[in-house]
Amino acid sequence: MIKILSYCFYDITRGYWISIYLSFYLFLGFGLLFLNNDISSAIITLMNIVIYLVPFISLIFGLTYYYSSREFTELLLVQPLKRKTIVLGQFLGVSICLSLSLVFGLSIPFFLVGAYNIENIFDLFVLIVLGCFLTFIFTSISYIISIMNDNKIRGLGYSILIWLFLSVIYDGFLMSFLIYFEQYPLEKISLAFVLLNPIDLARTLMILNLDISALLGYTGALYKIYFGTFNGIIVSSIILFIWLLAPVILMLRIFKKKDF
Amino acid sequence: MNRFGFFILFIIIIFSSKKLYSKNIKVCSTCEFKSLEMAIESSCNYDSIIVEKGIYKEFNIIISKPLTIFGKGTPTIDGNYRGEIFEITSENVTIEGFNIINVGESFKNDNAAIRIKNSKNVTIKNNFFENIFFGIYLEKSSFCKIYNNSVTGKATEELYSGNGIHLWHCKNILIENNIIKNVRDGIYLEFSNQCNVINNISQNNLRYGLHFMFSNDDTYRKNNFQNNGSGVAVMFSRNIEMLDNVFQENWGSASYGLLIKEINDSKITNNVFLKNTLGVNMEGSNRISFKGNDFIKNGWAIRVRGASYSNSIVKNNFINNTFDISYNGNINKNLLHKNYWSKYNGYDINKDGIGDLPHRPVSLFSYVVNKSPGAILLIRSLFALILDFSERAYPIFTPTYLIDNEPSINKSE
Repeated sequence: MIKILSYCFYDITRGYWISIYLSFYLFLGFGLLFLNNDISSAIITLMNIVIYLVPFISLIFGLTYYYSSREFTELLLVQPLKRKTIVLGQFLGVSICLSLSLVFGLSIPFFLVGAYNIENIFDLFVLIVLGCFLTFIFTSISYIISIMNDNKIRGLGYSILIWLFLSVIYDGFLMSFLIYFEQYPLEKISLAFVLLNPIDLARTLMILNLDISALLGYTGALYKIYFGTFNGIIVSSIILFIWLLAPVILMLRIFKKKDF
Repeated sequence: MNRFGFFILFIIIIFSSKKLYSKNIKVCSTCEFKSLEMAIESSCNYDSIIVEKGIYKEFNIIISKPLTIFGKGTPTIDGNYRGEIFEITSENVTIEGFNIINVGESFKNDNAAIRIKNSKNVTIKNNFFENIFFGIYLEKSSFCKIYNNSVTGKATEELYSGNGIHLWHCKNILIENNIIKNVRDGIYLEFSNQCNVINNISQNNLRYGLHFMFSNDDTYRKNNFQNNGSGVAVMFSRNIEMLDNVFQENWGSASYGLLIKEINDSKITNNVFLKNTLGVNMEGSNRISFKGNDFIKNGWAIRVRGASYSNSIVKNNFINNTFDISYNGNINKNLLHKNYWSKYNGYDINKDGIGDLPHRPVSLFSYVVNKSPGAILLIRSLFALILDFSERAYPIFTPTYLIDNEPSINKSE
């Protein structure tokens, strides 16, 4: 598996798409930090971009990598190798590459510009960790889609649909739900809704760490209590891990059964 | 003798007459008078009592005649947590240069470091107050001056703490250059008219930096309110002028920079509201003019609750607030005019400094949040962004009457 992973890793890092991805973050980081003298608002802007862009790029990149290396995968399948190792190796290669460019792309500008304090470093750390989680989650989802669909166009369509659903449509439903049932105590239900969507979960976790969390005010006090306490952190990280593992397991099962 | 000589003679006579009738009494550990209380007892009207450096454990000192009490080298009066320290019941008293500490807590008497009762022309200056319950408490007094004091409390809970400077049924009081920290309300005015609160710093207080109740015709300017439970609360009052103040970092889940409730005919001019959760919260207030204020990086710059009529918001700067204005109910003759909005994305072709397109300060998301507060959960989400963008391009839901028809392109000074 390590061999496949490292091959996949080198293959991706040699290509220029990943360097575009990395340089995009570098450019963004430097630009925001130079243009914006307030670090915490730069982090908020970064959050807005990272939380939505990372899932999209992971989906598309995972999809194209799977489709373009399809012949190589078939070649590997002929070898006496477990199917599990092949798909896991490729998946990890892609997601580690994407995560690394996220990590370097965001942290290098911060440490080079140098205007930071402990609190900002912690915020940035949380942002990067959440970004990596999202990368892994959405790369595995893209693998599921591409394994299930041999048709590239259909695969692309499904992944854009999933991204659109989780990042926009879901929130739309949530908002209309909150407005429609505003007479009822909705805190716990909306908390459950937030936990069910990885993008919302990441956004809420990030906001609660930043000082705009004060805007949540009385209505958001429950979230603050929930996510702020030790139990809340444990539960939300368990759910993030479930979000990480469930698609991977699904991906392995589908790949095992697939008839090439 | 010429006129100048007469003048000199006159001055000499005045000074010598004062010397003749009023004497200086010294208090120190080796003097005739070892305690302030003894010195006050044997003093006559208009005497000066000079207290030398040292620690004096005294409490419930009652001053019932006009005296000047001066601390040389900031002597400490330690109340030992046993009661009040000074009670002034006479007119024309000055207390200057003391370090007054350890006032006893009492929920029956509201113990204060200095209580001024039914008095006039009292001056309290250059004192330090520490570990106090109430700091300076004025009751039914007028024409008093309180300046250059530093008041530091130890408030941890609203119920069990007192106010820094407390005015009750007072008139014409000047409160200037004081620093007030860690009490419940920094400065509290109740039924107090024609008072001036100038150039004070009020910070880290549990409830409000400055609190008005049923007080009319007062002015406060050039004060700094920082990191209080809420900056300033003005309630049930009229004709209040608020000029050149800074309200900053009153940040928390229920914090205001300025809370206006049931007040009329007031002016809010040239203030700075920086990083408050809610810059101004307005409720049931009429004919208030906001002019030349800067609202910077607040959660909400101005939130207008119900029953507010004929207010004008003119030539203010709204810069980088999460929500600029949030509104309940009808516009009620409230006016938005020539403000600078950092969110304005119109243009100015004829270069007259006024945007050619009107600006709508209420975004759809803030409108939704106002209707159902739970929706704040979606803050900073892509959906909210798209919602705002589409609404701005083609307004349907946001109130059409809430509009600045001549938004300024440049920040007004």
